Amino acid sequence: MKPSMPQRASPSSMPPAKAGTARQKGALPWLGRMFMGLWYLAGLGAAWIIISNFDADVFKRYGPRMLSGLLVTTQLVVLPLVMGAVIGLGLALMRLSGQRWLSLPANVYMTFFRGTPLLAQVFLIYYGAGQLRPWLQDVGLWGFFREAWYCVLLAFTLNTAAYQAEIYRVAIASVPKGQWEAADALGLPRRITFVRIILPQALITALRPLGNEVILMIKASAIASVVTILDLMGVTRLAFARTFDFSVYLWAAVLYLIIVETLRRLWTRLEARLTRHLGQQARAGKG
Amino acid sequence: MSIEAQEKKGMSVSDEVVVEMIDVNKWYGDFHVLRDINLTVYRGERIVICGPSGSGKSTLIRCINRLEEHQAGKIIVLGTELTEDIKKIEEIRREVGMVFQHFNLFPHLTVLENCTLAPIWVKRMPKKEAEEIAMHFLEKVRIPDQAHKYPGQLSGGQQQRVAIARSLCMNPQVMLFDEPTSALDPEMIKEVLDVMVDLAESGMTMLVVTHEMGFARQVANRVIFMDQGQIVEQNEPEEFFTNPKSDRTKLFLSQILH
Repeated sequence: MKPSMPQRASPSSMPPAKAGTARQKGALPWLGRMFMGLWYLAGLGAAWIIISNFDADVFKRYGPRMLSGLLVTTQLVVLPLVMGAVIGLGLALMRLSGQRWLSLPANVYMTFFRGTPLLAQVFLIYYGAGQLRPWLQDVGLWGFFREAWYCVLLAFTLNTAAYQAEIYRVAIASVPKGQWEAADALGLPRRITFVRIILPQALITALRPLGNEVILMIKASAIASVVTILDLMGVTRLAFARTFDFSVYLWAAVLYLIIVETLRRLWTRLEARLTRHLGQQARAGKG
Repeated sequence: MSIEAQEKKGMSVSDEVVVEMIDVNKWYGDFHVLRDINLTVYRGERIVICGPSGSGKSTLIRCINRLEEHQAGKIIVLGTELTEDIKKIEEIRREVGMVFQHFNLFPHLTVLENCTLAPIWVKRMPKKEAEEIAMHFLEKVRIPDQAHKYPGQLSGGQQQRVAIARSLCMNPQVMLFDEPTSALDPEMIKEVLDVMVDLAESGMTMLVVTHEMGFARQVANRVIFMDQGQIVEQNEPEEFFTNPKSDRTKLFLSQILH
C-alpha cells in the first residue's frame, strides 16, 4: 500500500494543473503580443516619419530652440510645483485645522481651482490683469502682471497648489489617530509630531498621486504656449507654422516622453526609499 | 489594605499622592462616560481597572494624560492641575508614560529610533546618551537584539515590549496601560505581562486597564471595578476576588472567571 501512494497521487493531480496553466499561457499572451505588435508598428511609423522627413536645415534652425523650449518647460513645471507644494501643504493644514474660519477659505480656494480649466485660469490672470492695469499700476504690481511669464507661473502655482492640497489633506488624514496619540503621550510638541511622525508616513500615501500630478503638470504646461510663452510646445508650434514640417510635433512628443519617463523612474526610486521599512516588513513576512 | 501582602511582593506604597481625581465627569455628546469619579493614586501603587466594555475604564486613564478632556471636576497629576494650558499638559505627559492596546509604534522608525525620538526632541538629550538609555530599557524588556529592526518586522508581543521601553525612556513617574495584552495572541501575552511584573517590582506607579485577573492577583495592590462610568467597587485583590460586595461586581467576575 504505502509505496504505491505517491505514485498514484502524482499522475492524478498533475495533468489538470498543467492543463490549467497551459490554457492561461496560450490565449492571453497571444492577444497581448498582438497589441504589442500594433504599438511597435505605430512606434516604427513615428520613427520612420521622423527619419524620412529629417531635414538638416530645420533641425539646425529649430533643434537648439526646442532645447531651450525644453528648459522653459522644465522651469514652468518645477517652479510652480515647488511653490505649490508649500502653499498646498498650508491649505491642507487649514482644511484639517478643524477651525471653520481656516478650513472654509481653503475649501473655497480648492473648489475653485480644481473646478475650472487651467486654460481659463491662465486667461483670467493674463487678460484679467490687462483690464485692471490702472489699478495694478497704482499698487505697483503692473511690472509683475505685464509679463506673460509671471502670469503663467502664478496661474500654474495656484492651480497645482489646489491639487496638491487635496493630495496632502487625504494623505495626512490617513495616518492612524494612534500615531498622534502615541506622540502626545510622550509629550512631543505638535510641530515635531507633525514633521517627524505624521508627515513621513503621509508622504508615502501622497507619493503616487503626487507623481500623477507632476506628470499632468508637465503636459498641462503646454498651455503656456497659448499666451506667447516659447516653451517646448510654443517653439514647436512656431517651427511648424514656418516650415509645415509635421515631424517637429513628433520631436516634441519624444522630448515630452523623455521628461515624463525620467521622472517616472526617479519616482520609483523615491518610493523605494520612502517605503524601505515596509519592504523589509514584507520580506520578513515571507521568510 | 494588608501590609503583609505588600511586603511579600517587595513593593511598597508611599503616602505621596501622584494622581488625584475629584468629582470628574465626562460626556461624549449626550453619553455620560465618566460619572463623579474620585480616585487617589499613591506613589508605588499598582492599580488594575476592570469592567465591562464601554464602562469608561479606558477613558478614565486617558483623562490622566489628557488624551481625553474632562468636562467637570479636577484632575491633579504630580501636583499640577490639568487645564487647557498646553505647556502644563506637555509637562505632565513627560512624566506619565502610556502603553496602548495597538502599540502605536512609529512604523517608519527603527525600534531604537522609536525609543530615542522623545528623549532627543522633548528632553533635548544628546543622541548618544538617548541611545544608551534606549538600549538599557530594550535589555530590560528583553529585546536588545531587535534594536535596528522596524516595528513591522516584530511580533505583536515584541512590539508591545518596545512600546513599554519607549515609554520608560522618558523616565516617567507613572505608567498607564490601556488593555496592553488585548490585541495579542495568547502565546504572546505572557512575555508582555512578565515585563509588566518586573516593572511593578521595580516600584513603578502603574494604572492598568486589563482583563488579566492573574496579573491583578499577582501584582495589584488595588483592583477597581467600573460599570456605566462609575467606580462601583475597589478593594485589594484578595478581598475583591473572593468577597465582592456589589451584585454588578459579582456578575462581572462570574462572567470572566468562569
